[in-house]
Amino acid sequence: MRLEPKPAPSFAATLAYPLAAIAATVLIASLLVLAAGASPFSVFYLVAKGAAGSQFALLETLTRATPLIFTGLAVAVAFRAKLWNIGAEAQLYIGAVVTVVLGTGALPLPAGLLIPIIMLAAMAAGALLLAGPALLKTRFGVDEVVTTLLLNFIVLLFVSMLLEGPLKDPMGLGWPQSSKVVADAQLPRIIQGKRLHFGFVIAVAAAVVAWVIMKKTVLGYEMRAVGHNPEAARFAGIPVNRVLMKTALLSGGLAALAGFSEVSGLKGNLTLDLSPGFGYSGIVVAMLAMLNPLGVVASAIFVAGIFVGADAMSRAAGVPSYIADVMVATALLSMVTAILFSRYRVRWR
Amino acid sequence: MEQAIEILFTASFWVAAIRIASPLIFATMGELICERAGVLNLGIEGIMTVGAFAGWFTVYSGGDLWTGVLVAAFAGALFGLLHATLTVPLGLSQHVVGIGVTLLATSLTYFIYRLALPEVTSPPKIEPFQPWPIPGLSKIPVIGEALFAQTPLTYLAFITVAVVAWVLYRTPLGLAMRAAGENPSAVEAQGISVIGIRMGAVMAGSALMAVGGAFLTMSAFNSFFFEMINGRGWICIALVVFGSWRPGKALVGAILFAAFDAYQVRLQQLSGGVVPYQVFLMMPYVLSILALVLVARRATYPKALMIPYQKGER
Amino acid sequence: MTVLRLSGITKRFGPLVANDDISFDLKKGEVIALLGENGAGKTTLMNILFGHYVADEGNIEAFGQLLAPGDPKAALAAGIGMVHQHFTLADNMSVLENIALGTESLWRPRLDRSLARRRISQLSSDFGLAVEPDASVASLSVGERQRVEILKALYRDARILILDEPTAVLTPAETDALFRTLKMLVANGLSIIFISHKLHEVMAVSDRVLVLRSGRLAGERTTARTTRRELATLMVGQEVTPPKVAGVARGEALFALERVSTAPLGSGAFLHDVSLTLFAGEIVGLAGVSGNGQAALAGLIAGTENPASGKMLVRGKLVGGWSPRAALDHGIARIPEDRHAVGTIGDMSVTENVIAERYRSSPFCRRGFLDWKAAKHFAEGLIRDYDVKCPSPEARIRLLSGGNMQKLILGRALDPEPAIVLANQPARGLDVGAVAYVHGKLLDARARGAAVLLISEDLEEIVALSDRIVVISKGRLSAPSGRGERTIGEIGELMAGHSEVAA
Repeated sequence: MRLEPKPAPSFAATLAYPLAAIAATVLIASLLVLAAGASPFSVFYLVAKGAAGSQFALLETLTRATPLIFTGLAVAVAFRAKLWNIGAEAQLYIGAVVTVVLGTGALPLPAGLLIPIIMLAAMAAGALLLAGPALLKTRFGVDEVVTTLLLNFIVLLFVSMLLEGPLKDPMGLGWPQSSKVVADAQLPRIIQGKRLHFGFVIAVAAAVVAWVIMKKTVLGYEMRAVGHNPEAARFAGIPVNRVLMKTALLSGGLAALAGFSEVSGLKGNLTLDLSPGFGYSGIVVAMLAMLNPLGVVASAIFVAGIFVGADAMSRAAGVPSYIADVMVATALLSMVTAILFSRYRVRWR
Repeated sequence: MEQAIEILFTASFWVAAIRIASPLIFATMGELICERAGVLNLGIEGIMTVGAFAGWFTVYSGGDLWTGVLVAAFAGALFGLLHATLTVPLGLSQHVVGIGVTLLATSLTYFIYRLALPEVTSPPKIEPFQPWPIPGLSKIPVIGEALFAQTPLTYLAFITVAVVAWVLYRTPLGLAMRAAGENPSAVEAQGISVIGIRMGAVMAGSALMAVGGAFLTMSAFNSFFFEMINGRGWICIALVVFGSWRPGKALVGAILFAAFDAYQVRLQQLSGGVVPYQVFLMMPYVLSILALVLVARRATYPKALMIPYQKGER
Repeated sequence: MTVLRLSGITKRFGPLVANDDISFDLKKGEVIALLGENGAGKTTLMNILFGHYVADEGNIEAFGQLLAPGDPKAALAAGIGMVHQHFTLADNMSVLENIALGTESLWRPRLDRSLARRRISQLSSDFGLAVEPDASVASLSVGERQRVEILKALYRDARILILDEPTAVLTPAETDALFRTLKMLVANGLSIIFISHKLHEVMAVSDRVLVLRSGRLAGERTTARTTRRELATLMVGQEVTPPKVAGVARGEALFALERVSTAPLGSGAFLHDVSLTLFAGEIVGLAGVSGNGQAALAGLIAGTENPASGKMLVRGKLVGGWSPRAALDHGIARIPEDRHAVGTIGDMSVTENVIAERYRSSPFCRRGFLDWKAAKHFAEGLIRDYDVKCPSPEARIRLLSGGNMQKLILGRALDPEPAIVLANQPARGLDVGAVAYVHGKLLDARARGAAVLLISEDLEEIVALSDRIVVISKGRLSAPSGRGERTIGEIGELMAGHSEVAA
């Protein structure tokens, strides 16, 4: 068996392969639904309805998509340069910690000043957190996959320590949670009385900025060159290590915004279950979008829809909501396979 | 201070260290096999989860303990097959596929657990492996209890190291595996299928990882709960690097690591809450990163690690 | 007696026909030379024979038995052994382990080392192939590695031995030793297919010559009854005309290394106390067997490597903070040895590739943003000026042929009219037309007053183009010689590491 490169695929083909991947995912999920003794049709109907069947459902999906856009962008820009940032989860929590530290009254500033400052500080913290593994990679040749993965555990324990120590809410009845951020540090809601907040707008704006960076700027060009062939990039005079460092700062900053937006826009405070694995789901979001920042918005909404819809379905149909995680993981694997087949053809002899 | 040193001379400390090391030894050997053949298997964390569940659930459903171990190994090999199919003949990114396999294996396990036990609030228990003291040897002070009064799965872990070392260095199969990770064209030029060797290595390695997971539910504890692997898989990846891809060194690394882990738990009790307990819990992860930094410079990676191979390509 | 018969072998890679209806026989005790230029299809043909590839048409018979296609195991079982151009040895294992690999059932519980050791020492004394069975392959020289490769085939009782460009990495003395071994093998009844593009070797070693040209069998000659000139014409398809080199006055010194040494790095040799000056309007040819420090010297000039000691001067000024970008800023154009791995980024477009060295300067960049219009315009200009065949500037460069890729690399390097040109194996693997094109461009640069350093393993190329020749061996440079000052034989002596003082 051999793989031979195909010439550039047609536009129809670039769309057909992701659709095939989604079809494969639905098929596999259907088998699991059947195993759970339910009907796939009614289950998928319930998932779709729970994700987008009402204004409430739709808003809930967009709310859930917000952190996924940030972590998806973080992964998309990092993977473009082949910087394997699997630590978006940790960067998210660091962003949330900074938001809580600065947002609970430490800075007596008006909202118009306070929120940008918190955002920048959160991004800086996330950027620095990923700068460590990036430095270990470029200086010592330590694989960043393992270091970023291990940092996820370290940071979560660090957060736990803070929540039982200095950041513990004195009014929290002993629960490991922080105080609420002050009103001026909170992002406004987009529609009064609904959960969807301005974090979503910031996320979409971040996607546009990331897209411009990747497509139009020198840095984006350098990142792609380093990702495709670091040796050729170095030979051509592209400062590979510096580009990887900039990529790390950008990626870590984007992931930290997820933590900021969850605390400042939705939850108000920091708890240990702030993120149900948004950092890991970001990998799926980015891969489904084929690392295109604008595509990340769409795929984040899609993935969020699966999660939100599955929650609703699970209550109604009795199929465990973990089906959503299974679908998302299956989508990741079938998507990378589909991308391969869109670029290569298999010759059996 | 004296107390802190005395811990090192207690039998219970070493018993715990060896017990903590056992699952790491299985999974580290599994990862080592994969990497020696040229495939980084980041599915390890998920495959350990699958193994932990499959072994436990078999026993919970009425199977005997050894059947549980076999079922776990088989389930691990299945996920290994998935990983290998995508990374070896198709040559997809071992990073992305590995993470995908971990996510899939973990979520599928949780789905099946919830499906099988919808209502339970506290995880049901099984009767786990009991220690098998080896007559005579187990009576040696400190060491005897640590090494010769463990459960059979711990003995199996040590036997696994010997078998892996023997296979890698003494058998024709081991030659082919080591060559596949260094220069796959050497393997093909001698009439052996690189794809076959690599896929086989990933499946066998994944089976070992799953047994490592099963150790947790069938020997160290007696029930399955969510997130029980808790990064052990990632630590094993660090241990493989730390052990320079050699079974013996990796074994030493795993025991050292486990000893440190057992030590920090005891130190934590001594410290009387002055230092937050999370600091102690962080130590294994911090230590893994430090170990990587220490050896990365002089590590001799299998040269074809993470490089997909196409037939006829040189 | 015919031991091997190829009938009507055809192999296509997409639109490219690599082998077109090739048939021939090999007899017992015979040495066939398969002669052809790079890209003529020799290696593809042998890869089909050995089962790495499957032919689209045709079949192969070994000792009267049809050979199963696409299975190296079948070829090995039929008594065919192959010494690949790029050695297929695992560095992390010993000589013995490499030789024994795959010779026993994979499921045997134990490798029989003592048996293997006995057989290896028997074979190595029988055929003059001295090796130490327990040595690690990583520690072996290139010549020793080749002996291990030959032993691998003999260990499996190969009756037919294929050698793919075996002399490319050998010194003249090692080549002679190899030829002696081949004579011994033939005397023992083995048959040999010897692949080469070097005429004098083919004349020296073979009984019969098959000439391949762009995938077809262009002719067959009995070695004793042919001449080098006839073979050259068959191989190239026309009378070879050496490039015309017009006289150019030598100008000022543009680049100089003064007593430079580099740190040991990787497997190649490093530089010892090397001094070299490149003058305007001059091509300096660097001859040498590969792996003798060419990579270090090229890296030094290209900016990927730094001197450990000594001085590097551009236009008489000491340079510091050396890097690829610094080299570019000093007006050094670089044509890398490996155009796929280093020269281009395969998955990026032609446009993105041609701006890779200049994307930070105008007109391509404004305040951190790239001007894709200007970039595309530039790419279209290069495609036109350098006669590149490619579907569009947006095409992934991976899809281009080697010659067109090299033309783009030339265009990228030479378009800014650089003062200094480093050309590392610029014509390797190209067809005749493309080779002439590359040589023409280097001569143009020289005519315009650039200083050119040409690194090549092809001595004929060096002799044809160079105003001065230096020879590199074990990281040291010989004294330079002007056009015609040294014979090919004298240069060969230097390549083998014999210094002139001693000779």
